Amino acid sequence: MSLMKMTALELGRKIKSKEVSAAEAAKAAIAQINAVEKDINSYVTVLDEDVILKRAEQVQKAIDDGGISGPLAGVPVAIKDNMCTEGILTTCSSKILGNFKPTYSSEAVINLERAGAVILGKTNMDEFAMGSTTETSFYGPTKNPWNTGHVPGGSSGGSCAAVAANECFYALGSDTGGSIRQPSSFCGVTGIKPTYGTVSRYGLIAYGSSLDQIGPVAKDVSDCAAILETIASYDKKDSTSVKRDNYDFTGALIDDVKGMKIGIPKDYFGAGLDADVKNAVLKAVDVLKEKGAAVEEFDLSLVEYAIPAYYIIASAEASSNLARFEGVKYGYRTDDYESLHNMMKKTRSEGFGAEVKRRIMLGSFVLSSGYYDAYYIKALRTKALIKRAFEKAFESYDMIIAPAAPTTAPKLGDSLNDPIKMYLGDIYTISVNLAGLPGISVPCGLDRNGLPIGIQFIGNCFEEKKIIQAAYAYEQTREYAECGLC
Amino acid sequence: MSKEYEMVIGLEVHVELATKTKIFCGCSTEFGGAPNSHTCPVCTGMPGSLPVLNKQVVEYAMAVGLATNCTINQNCKFDRKNYFYPDNPQNYQISQLYYPICINGGVEIDTPEGGKKTIGIHEIHMEEDAGKLVHDEWGESSLVDFNRSGVPLIEIVSEPDMRSAEEVIAYLEKLRLIIQYLGASDCKLNEGSMRADVNLSVREKGAKEFGTRTETKNLNSFKAIQRAIENERERQIELIEAGEKVVQETRRWDDNKEYSYPMRSKEDAQDYRYFPEPDLVPIVISDEWMAEVKARQPEFREEKAIRYAEEYKIPEYDIDIITSSKKLADIFEETVAICGNPKKVSNWLMVETMYLLKEKGIDADRITFSPKNLANLIQLVNSKAINGNVAKEVFAKIFDEDIEPEAYVRENGLTSVNDEGELRKAVEKIIEANPKSVEDIKAGKVKAMGFLVGQTMKEMKGKADPGSVNAILREIFGISE
Repeated sequence: MSLMKMTALELGRKIKSKEVSAAEAAKAAIAQINAVEKDINSYVTVLDEDVILKRAEQVQKAIDDGGISGPLAGVPVAIKDNMCTEGILTTCSSKILGNFKPTYSSEAVINLERAGAVILGKTNMDEFAMGSTTETSFYGPTKNPWNTGHVPGGSSGGSCAAVAANECFYALGSDTGGSIRQPSSFCGVTGIKPTYGTVSRYGLIAYGSSLDQIGPVAKDVSDCAAILETIASYDKKDSTSVKRDNYDFTGALIDDVKGMKIGIPKDYFGAGLDADVKNAVLKAVDVLKEKGAAVEEFDLSLVEYAIPAYYIIASAEASSNLARFEGVKYGYRTDDYESLHNMMKKTRSEGFGAEVKRRIMLGSFVLSSGYYDAYYIKALRTKALIKRAFEKAFESYDMIIAPAAPTTAPKLGDSLNDPIKMYLGDIYTISVNLAGLPGISVPCGLDRNGLPIGIQFIGNCFEEKKIIQAAYAYEQTREYAECGLC
Repeated sequence: MSKEYEMVIGLEVHVELATKTKIFCGCSTEFGGAPNSHTCPVCTGMPGSLPVLNKQVVEYAMAVGLATNCTINQNCKFDRKNYFYPDNPQNYQISQLYYPICINGGVEIDTPEGGKKTIGIHEIHMEEDAGKLVHDEWGESSLVDFNRSGVPLIEIVSEPDMRSAEEVIAYLEKLRLIIQYLGASDCKLNEGSMRADVNLSVREKGAKEFGTRTETKNLNSFKAIQRAIENERERQIELIEAGEKVVQETRRWDDNKEYSYPMRSKEDAQDYRYFPEPDLVPIVISDEWMAEVKARQPEFREEKAIRYAEEYKIPEYDIDIITSSKKLADIFEETVAICGNPKKVSNWLMVETMYLLKEKGIDADRITFSPKNLANLIQLVNSKAINGNVAKEVFAKIFDEDIEPEAYVRENGLTSVNDEGELRKAVEKIIEANPKSVEDIKAGKVKAMGFLVGQTMKEMKGKADPGSVNAILREIFGISE
């Protein structure tokens, strides 16, 4: 088995047993990046080889000395480019942060580094995480490793494509409305969006602050559980961080779903859902039934309001969060300007792409006086109702199963001209963010064109372990498929 | 002017809180420091940084609210106020709009007519201060210093209950005293730790409707506030009399030129797009927490005044001056605790201390001398070890350098000569040298004796008790008291 085909935990064990060194693993990853990156474009920044190897050697020494002993020690990782990394370019795939090197690292990255992670680079994304295809990146679209004529999904498309194309062993993504789960589904990899507050947002460049969560993207459920265990922490620097009773997620890697009660929202399997996706997800549900889970359909009709509510709340927060990018303190500044306000206007006009501008305008509009109650307040009420609807469902079910996306990966260029269609593609993931719930997307087959399909397990707040267990049990029965570039 | 007009005034008062660190990060709030030396990713608006609320800010805001009879919103929240300006690193200010920490309060003031009046407080909210722009006069650029960015403020918004500049000043002094007593701020208008914006409209006396109001900013002293109010009143009345309309706008006061000019009108007023701050969780104030803050409230001026009259039996006039500053009141109480003699202590504070403060142009809360040294000085005078003039000289030293009076008197040889023989010898010498005065006294001009006392004091180089000198002279000339 080639080194790059190992999961993160498999590699971690080999490093621990000294069969593979951290430097060898890093070299293998660099070689794969060099081989496929021109076709995929997963990364905005790949660190210099000597920087990566120096870090690998440093980690190796710590492992040898017994200073670092976790399961991910020495394993190379890719970080989504909206997480600050000290001294390393952090662009959010935007022109406006094209030269931004933070003086600090995000808490999730610090947690990984403490566990001995070796960072390879920063992955491509939709600009400021706004988009579902990774095509809104200023640094060119990322291609789907399964078929480079298709998008990898988004916004964590770079992270998911890098894992699928073996350009890293695992990656960090962020999920505001499905940005980990949907591209994981499109790229045939596994990704978790944890309960809001589980992973510190300190150092994550905000899109929609009340919805953003960092999470793992990896080759399987076990990796995801181990990564989540490493990055999750209570952080005083993030006021929305939650002190959880425990941070054990790998304890849920048990092949058993007997007695689990699974709810299937009828509304998620109606019009607009691709037939292949529907069949694959229902087939996976059958597998769980066979393994002893009790499955039942139920009504979650409120979800039709989720998309408008999400685009109002996320855009409103984004319009304010992105106000700090104006050329005064850091990042891009227009070359030629006449006055202060002219400088800010030109910088923002030239520095942001079309989708970001669209959402800033939408967000500014819904917050304007006279519209605030009609849009923003209504959206917040809708959010509360959706949360209540989920809470009610979790009184009856241990988890909810849904597709991760209504289709498989669209062709490059198909979504950009029709933003409404792109927004509707978030239908199955968005409510989870609005309700602050955890969700995991696991591959469950391929469509007629050979593109991956993902099944999504949605849990109640702080019940990651239940969905990890179900996803793990399902994974044991799944036939493993590989992309052409793997 | 045939018609009679009255003003309707409401104030927005910003007070900088005396916390050691900023409202949303651990940076120092200390004044001064090299530009941008008290900064971090949070208070410079770096991407990915997040605010964390300083608990002390909530406690100060709560304390001010409780002291001004407000209702405390036990579930309050922060909101973002969005506007682009480079002194504001995130291009939004974290403030409170929808659920401010304190609402519906009020304070009682003494009106110029001698009555009492309650000025309502609509709300008190917490917010962060902005940085400072430094304009390079030679280069074509401006620089930003974020040291003040994130310094905690409370904004106290009054109801439109004031009708004159005197009421405005009385209200501000009342607020200042309450906040100083709480130690929540030093409330200096000239240094910007207290800033007042005046909302003012004019209407015919007896009218029910409010006129159109303006807001005047940049008022850095009580005098400026007074002048700006009178000026704005006249400006608005002139407009009304001329049949013109008052424009709702924000005006900036120029105290040197003594006039105001419009900054922006309602039409181009900004839409701040307020919305709940998603990076901070709602603040939940428990009954216990509120009770704790309440229990720590100090004795305020009114309570002190009543106690001083009963306990120290000093005149109302003295009480008024001493309680006008928490610092003075503290020194008074501590000094009396050491040496008793409340009236004497009060005299030193009211007369000499106030004189020196005025002469040196400093505020009472900057007093540095210790009550112990003032108490010792009073004891030295009581025991006639030094006379009044020497005491004043020693007090000036205490005021400046907080010296120990006994040691100072000893080292500088200022102890009064109380030896009767020595004094008599000096008096006799003066009588001999001034036959003209002696004749005058004998002719009944008793006043001339003062001259002889003065000459004797001079002869003694000031180190005598003038009372004793006087007594000897009276004895010699056979004049009774």
